Amino acid sequence: MARSIKKGPFVDGHLQRRIEEMNRRNEKKVYKTWSRRSTVLPDFVGHTIAVHNGRKFVPVYVTENMVGHKLGEFSPTRTFKGHSVKAAAEKGSAPAR
Amino acid sequence: MARIAGVDLPRHKRTEIALTYIYGIGRSRALSVLGKAGLEPGKKVQDLTEDEVNHIRKVLEAEGGVEGDLRKEISMNVKRLIEIGSYRGSRHRRSLPVRGQRTHTNARTRKGPRRGTVANKKKATAKT
Repeated sequence: MARSIKKGPFVDGHLQRRIEEMNRRNEKKVYKTWSRRSTVLPDFVGHTIAVHNGRKFVPVYVTENMVGHKLGEFSPTRTFKGHSVKAAAEKGSAPAR
Repeated sequence: MARIAGVDLPRHKRTEIALTYIYGIGRSRALSVLGKAGLEPGKKVQDLTEDEVNHIRKVLEAEGGVEGDLRKEISMNVKRLIEIGSYRGSRHRRSLPVRGQRTHTNARTRKGPRRGTVANKKKATAKT
């Protein structure tokens, strides 16, 4: 279910303020944030935002294509490197990669 | 005879059904297309005149989103998700369900047929 357009995109206030300030001063600094729920606005393009994934901050370089997605989509919270070869042979259900 | 968007329509079916043989058209879109073309949904394809077929063609051309174009659009969307490094992109890359469904069991549409050994299958059925 998509969000109502009437409400506009959701961005945490502190993040938006910070980005706007950086845009005004024309500086690009990596900004750490926990706000995975914030939507990527067109203003964010070109910035690098370090998005927390629960353990560490994943640097996300925002490109134009990312506008409209949430920051959390670019900072995976799970590490899954695949099943071990033995388990794969036993279970026979090892997705490659 | 009735060739629309590169697909031959089955002759002996009602037009509303026959149109669903085109990729990107289901029942509801078939009805709306026929409504726009001013045709009766119940008419068999073989009874359509060349003029009526052209009406349908024109409507579909104006709307787009059919067959190759639609496939291209979808694959572009998927490619975008993969390129921006999003979670949904990574799910597409591994051909796992994208919208948060469980993968412990099920998810066979995305994962494809089971790749289990026979011995294991026996064990699995014995347990249950």
